[in-house]
Amino acid sequence: MTLASHFSYWVTVLLLMVGLFIVIARDNLIKKLIGLGIFQTAVYLLYIAPGKLIGGVAPIIGGQFAVYSNPLPHVLILTAIVVGVATLALGLALVVRIKEAYGSIDEDEILAMDARDDTSPVADRDGS
Amino acid sequence: MATGSRSVIILEELTAVVLLTLMGAAAIGVARQRNLFGVVLLSGIYSFLMATVMVVLDAVDVAMTEAAVGAGISTVLLLGAIHLTGGTESKPIHRPWLPLFVVTVTGAMLVYGTLGLPAFSDPQAPIHQHVAPRYLTEGPEKTGVPNVVTVVLASYRGFDTLGETFVVFTAGIGVIALLRRRNPRRTQDRDGEGDRS
Repeated sequence: MTLASHFSYWVTVLLLMVGLFIVIARDNLIKKLIGLGIFQTAVYLLYIAPGKLIGGVAPIIGGQFAVYSNPLPHVLILTAIVVGVATLALGLALVVRIKEAYGSIDEDEILAMDARDDTSPVADRDGS
Repeated sequence: MATGSRSVIILEELTAVVLLTLMGAAAIGVARQRNLFGVVLLSGIYSFLMATVMVVLDAVDVAMTEAAVGAGISTVLLLGAIHLTGGTESKPIHRPWLPLFVVTVTGAMLVYGTLGLPAFSDPQAPIHQHVAPRYLTEGPEKTGVPNVVTVVLASYRGFDTLGETFVVFTAGIGVIALLRRRNPRRTQDRDGEGDRS
């Protein structure tokens, strides 16, 4: 095992971890979604990179070529990209609604507001 | 001839390494930048780099989709969302030591896991032994389409693609349901009920 033989895996792991870090550590909801997107593209890389054969060509059959890269991961990832943008759109729509309802898209502020809202009605119910 | 193909191979590997390094830099830039407009532009650059990497890795169909959908539509959606919600991220309250620790430990475990995986571009790797040779030899003969990715997507895995369409349709319905203009009176009524309970 050398640097060249596993470099693509390690970049994939780095991208996965940067995405995970953004999702965990950043409070802004849009930034969290972008972090999720980075995590997702890293998964694309995880699938596509092992399918590559150096010296091979794209899997479009032609008479003068003998070695082709593996087409199956490409198909799976095509599906994943389209589904990914659909979930991103849904997530952003939720963020826009949260902004309308709370006036903020910062996770800490939203949780603080929720905590305030939770405590007052509970106190009422206990009193009655 | 032999030296020519060897230099091509080295060039191919070098291109991939440079592009992957740039992608790492762009991702770290996204994590550090606090202006959301800058973040969205960086993520667009990151998507285009990913599309280029896909070309280098011979996944031309994926590259095209990633450039159009990942870099194009996603960037437009994100810019729209920023326009509706405001452009800067507030300064984080707590230091990110715990997330950094979690991420480092997870990353170290994943790197340890990669040590058991086959080397890059190893023709003996299991991924090249299973169904792929059959798709490559039989697919074009059976369907008459030379592009094997299209053959698998539309023919062998047509139901997958149908399922994908359902997911996109459901997501579209969800977005419409969330962003539809509400009747302001009804919303008020609901708020009133909330106060009474």
